[in-house]
Amino acid sequence: MTDRPTDPEPGPERPFGDLLDDCVHCGFCLPTCPTNVLWGQEMDSPRGRIHLMAQMHEEDVLTETAVGHFDNCLGCLACVSSCPSGVAYDALIEHTRHRVETEHRRPLGERALRATVFSLFPYRSRLRALRGPLRAYQASGASSLVRRSGLLERISPALAAMERVAPRLSAPPPPLPELVPAVGERRARVGLLVGCVQGAFFPEVNTATARVLALEGCEVVVPRSQGCCGALSGHSGRIAEAADLAKRMIEVFETRRVERIVVNSAGCGSGMKHFDRTLAEAGAGRAWTNRARALSAKVVDLTEYLVDLGPRAARHPVPLRVAYHDACHLSHGQGVTRQPRELLRRIPGLELAELPDREVCCGSAGVYNLFRPEAAEELGESKARGAASTGARLLVSGNPGCSLQIASAMERAGSPVAVTHTAQLLDASLRGLGPDPLLGRGGGSGARRL
Amino acid sequence: MATTARRTPDDLVRTPAALAALVPRLRRICGEDGVLTDLSQRRTYESDGLTRHRSTPGVVAMPTTTAQVRDVISLCAEHGVPYVPRGAGTGLSAGALPHAEGVLLVTSRMRRILEIDPENECAVVEPGVANLDITRAAEPYGYHYAPDPSSQQVCSVGGNVAENSGGAHCLKYGFTAGHVRGLEIVTPSGEVVELGGKAPGAHGYDLLGAFVGSEGTLGVATRVTVSLTRSPQRTVTLLSAFTSLDAGGEAVGAIIAAGVLPSAVEMMDALAVEAAEAAVACDYPAGAEAVLVVELDGPAAEVDAQVRRVTELCAASGSFGTRTASGAEERALIWKGRKSAFAAVGRISPAYIVQDGVVPRTALAEMLGRIASLSAESGIRVANVFHAGDGNLHPLVLFDDAEPGAAERAEEVSGAILDLCIEHGGSITGEHGVGVDKACKMPRMYDDTSLETFDLFRRAFDPEGIANPDKLLPTPRLCGERPEVRTGVHPLVASGDAEQF
Repeated sequence: MTDRPTDPEPGPERPFGDLLDDCVHCGFCLPTCPTNVLWGQEMDSPRGRIHLMAQMHEEDVLTETAVGHFDNCLGCLACVSSCPSGVAYDALIEHTRHRVETEHRRPLGERALRATVFSLFPYRSRLRALRGPLRAYQASGASSLVRRSGLLERISPALAAMERVAPRLSAPPPPLPELVPAVGERRARVGLLVGCVQGAFFPEVNTATARVLALEGCEVVVPRSQGCCGALSGHSGRIAEAADLAKRMIEVFETRRVERIVVNSAGCGSGMKHFDRTLAEAGAGRAWTNRARALSAKVVDLTEYLVDLGPRAARHPVPLRVAYHDACHLSHGQGVTRQPRELLRRIPGLELAELPDREVCCGSAGVYNLFRPEAAEELGESKARGAASTGARLLVSGNPGCSLQIASAMERAGSPVAVTHTAQLLDASLRGLGPDPLLGRGGGSGARRL
Repeated sequence: MATTARRTPDDLVRTPAALAALVPRLRRICGEDGVLTDLSQRRTYESDGLTRHRSTPGVVAMPTTTAQVRDVISLCAEHGVPYVPRGAGTGLSAGALPHAEGVLLVTSRMRRILEIDPENECAVVEPGVANLDITRAAEPYGYHYAPDPSSQQVCSVGGNVAENSGGAHCLKYGFTAGHVRGLEIVTPSGEVVELGGKAPGAHGYDLLGAFVGSEGTLGVATRVTVSLTRSPQRTVTLLSAFTSLDAGGEAVGAIIAAGVLPSAVEMMDALAVEAAEAAVACDYPAGAEAVLVVELDGPAAEVDAQVRRVTELCAASGSFGTRTASGAEERALIWKGRKSAFAAVGRISPAYIVQDGVVPRTALAEMLGRIASLSAESGIRVANVFHAGDGNLHPLVLFDDAEPGAAERAEEVSGAILDLCIEHGGSITGEHGVGVDKACKMPRMYDDTSLETFDLFRRAFDPEGIANPDKLLPTPRLCGERPEVRTGVHPLVASGDAEQF
């Protein structure tokens, strides 16, 4: 399914010490590691962090310093792509973060911030409840006042980051029905992950995804009862929470008789493809890990699925120069880089531009921009310079967090760009809407202009 | 990590008191965040790319400017504290092995490209710039930086200068030494000195030539002026498969004898191909005992003619298939297989030693036969990857570090391969350098007089012996020889064969 060569053996069965030993210290991971790019010091490179993990593992100590360097890791997994020795850094950092969360007591302020974030993000309903106040805030004009004053920045850079990347909200599209019928002859029956952040803040991406799938002949099952997939918690070392969420997700989709589960958010897809590892790490029994593995096998990114399925619906022109940004958890986490580009190139009139340093993370990285706002901002600015150099008018990616991160940096740099999700661009082409709605002109279902 | 761990006893120690006293001054020079004293942080620097030599540095300094490098080294000189320069830490001879009682001077924060000067076909860069980043910056002008070690996306230019690094394309373009026009260095006494410049060719002693490859023993390069090479009109990469290493070797000989000068001729054996395939899915031909990668570049008409000629020569030598790639993506995949080979071996073996030796090209076939018998006798698998065009071998000696005694047996085989290189009129290193790893093997190549002359030369730059001590030249401390107490005039000076300056 992916272009990635075979891994020696998948993660959970091999002990942590073995996985550490796979590293031969060649340093090939250094140039694409965002924190190495920023700071140029060994402990903030994957090779150095693996060394710190080995210290933790062999001597059973977890120092404050080491935790700081583990926390600095964005979890972008660029090192997994660049490693010739097949080191499973994803499994390594997940286990390490689990240990940090279990054994390490953080300072009060950090603990409070983490508690707030994780009481909010995995819950679509709580996130949705935020929409009202956020819209009112944006509409009131207080937003630009707050930004100009730099007040928020002084109180908490994390809150300031949250404020900056918060999406401009318009009225949400009507909720998706539980079953979207295929257009024309049915080719497949697939499930759709709604996601917590995606579902609350970017419902139009889900609508576009369902529409594209239906237009390509898929019957789309959208279970109302689905919650958060737990990826955000899992990637942050909150394994028990992640495992609970994963179990609920498995139960929801197991009964729906779907051939595949289509995911349009990179972080969720990368987490769901490793449900078995998460459950094993949490100590769930063999029965659960088996159920998890069966479900994970069905999980597929939208672009991966569409390329496999092959196009049936007619593509209409979208004459536009577009830059595609690889979301880390799609390119590095799932090895999906070819498929989205292939889909975009098939759109008549569309000109595809590549970003320089495409392997390097934009700094969004799930909730990283809330916990390490300065580093995230610096990476965002560097990515924004790259995006501006392409001359593209629209930035597209498979993860809304990335798009917002880059767009907000470009806006600050005085070169604003429109952003959209791959699904929305495909939707516009399949429905013959042209580029206007994508550029925020003439309303419609397209992207917002930041 | 997978290579053998030989944890030195000075590991897990505190920064020695004498060194600790210098820390506040180091912080004033490099800034608060430019100095590392925390043990867990220092330990991440304990080795470079060769992990079987480890030592925790006393303190790590990360300067960002020439002035900071000068001040750090002056401080070291003032207090007789040793220092070890380190770039990206990808070296394979433990040339950047830290000193437990010294300063590790890391150039990883000096990574600005100061100038790309296409008119003069050169670039001026800081030492921490990655080799490949010069090419990336020069590409828009139609130029590239020719030396291309396999770790080119990571390894630093400063490290390349120290090791006189090579790479696949050195067959046609030569080693780093041929591409450095000028250097700004800080000497071991803390002086900033300019060697050479943008204009090539200075008269007198070739100090630039002496500095390149000196492995940090003569000073630290803080600014490097390198030549840029015009990118060829056409580049074609051929991948040819053979049923034996002999046949592959014969093809290499035939190509060179025919007067064709490829930019690269690389050979990999079946084991190395298996590893590369597992790592990067490079799509090399199945069933080959040897794979030859030949790259031809130059004016289009010439390259086309050479491609035909090389294809014929390979076929005549028994190739069962030659494929050509001229598209950038397909060529990149062929090279990815070759350049990932070292680290990729981690996929097929828990541990391994990367050896580096040279034999005259004509001795290649015999040498490979001898390596094969060594491997058969010892039961230790050896994968072969080499720059066949210039006889530079990189045998990968595979072993399981969990098996008692396996590491020692592997080291024996690895050492025996070097002996074979010398026996065949070759050398103990082609491009990885001597470092700590091979310093004790230098006497196998050089007689006492030569080594003493080297030592005199070194001391002319570094009389106190603080610049990357115990590297490059054998020392009693390192090699367990009887310590030589030198008093009075050096015998070579007395005999008039050398001059003290």
